[in-house]
Amino acid sequence: MGAAATEKADAALIETVVRLGDNALILGQELSKWTSNAPTVELDIALANQSLDLIGQARLLLDYAGKLEGKGRDEDALAFHRDAWDFRNVLLVEQPNGDFAKTMLRQFFYALWAESFYGALQESRDETLSSIAGKSVKEMAYHVRHAGEWVVRLGDGTEESHRRLAAALEELWPYTHELFMTDAADKAMIAAGIIPDVRTLRPAWDEGVAEVLAAAGLAIPENSWQPEGGRRSVHTEHLGYILAEMQHLPRMYPEATW
Amino acid sequence: MVSEVSIEPDLAVAQGVWAVLETVKDPEIPVISVVDLGIVRDVRPGEHGLEVVITPTYTGCPATKQIEHDIRAALDQAGFGAVGLVTELKPAWTTDWITVEGREQLRQFGIAPPEGKPGKRALFGATDAVQCPHCGSHQTEMVSEFGSTACKALWRCNACGEPFDYFKYL
Repeated sequence: MGAAATEKADAALIETVVRLGDNALILGQELSKWTSNAPTVELDIALANQSLDLIGQARLLLDYAGKLEGKGRDEDALAFHRDAWDFRNVLLVEQPNGDFAKTMLRQFFYALWAESFYGALQESRDETLSSIAGKSVKEMAYHVRHAGEWVVRLGDGTEESHRRLAAALEELWPYTHELFMTDAADKAMIAAGIIPDVRTLRPAWDEGVAEVLAAAGLAIPENSWQPEGGRRSVHTEHLGYILAEMQHLPRMYPEATW
Repeated sequence: MVSEVSIEPDLAVAQGVWAVLETVKDPEIPVISVVDLGIVRDVRPGEHGLEVVITPTYTGCPATKQIEHDIRAALDQAGFGAVGLVTELKPAWTTDWITVEGREQLRQFGIAPPEGKPGKRALFGATDAVQCPHCGSHQTEMVSEFGSTACKALWRCNACGEPFDYFKYL
């Protein structure tokens, strides 16, 4: 490989790692807002635990991204000192918590995707990504089960819980497509054996979603609108609010420590 | 004449290091050592001399930093300041690495040790009954899959009526 080609491959790898790290970070941050607000104390603890898992995964990924980049930025610098136009997460994870049904459905969609993605990423030719995937896949399996069971319980529960879940499905479904989109950076990484091709993961994901939605008494909506852009930093308005809350303290007091 | 038997110095030091590690307890579950928990993977010769290899349990476990700190402090105090400490993620930590002694210590502390096999993820999977650490009954049920720490689930015993923590299989 020539120097220019190597540089391009490095850029694609950094891009990939930042995208994965940002997905986990933003979802973990948004989900953590349930802490002390969940419907029951058990759920409060469960959602806080899941936020911790996600933020733990984000730390590993962003730490790695910072090292690849080689500009001296660590995980904190990447999390707290970038702006919305530098965040690369998918739009799904920045959608607001809404009610409990919406949070659980968002968690289910993402966790099912992440479990399958990390599962395949264990075969990555990039040793660090493969290591992170090996840890993360086990954690995401618990999220899938927890969220999946709640989606079924809410869909198959009362008239009110069914109505809320149906509304959440209508709202969130369009954002799921972006999880399976690929661009030039992805294609370069797929060709290099660094990441799996998300398109090959879609059938199993569709099947898992169909199974849970059927048990919940709901059907997959018609595919129409397929918003995307988060992975190239074209975000919905919600990301700015998440970042404002997450970043204001380290930005006001840059040297703050516990 | 050269003495025929000489103790390999590194081996003696490594044994000393293992002995120190045995005394470092998990900050959340102070009855079990980091060795019995399977967090310490190896004590091996590295580039700059002997090094201790550790692996985190959960990626977001807040105890990870504390454990690193405690191990470092224990090594320094025992005169092993030159021994390095490295973290490796692969292979990923699994509850299979908790020793038999560790499992018994968990049980005595009131935490049901992990049971089961990796197996297939079951979306609506019936979870196998966990044995109550208090009375030994299998008449138990899960209250919540996520408990007081990342590694534990909350269970309840229908025989003795006591709630208990279950160290989740991972």
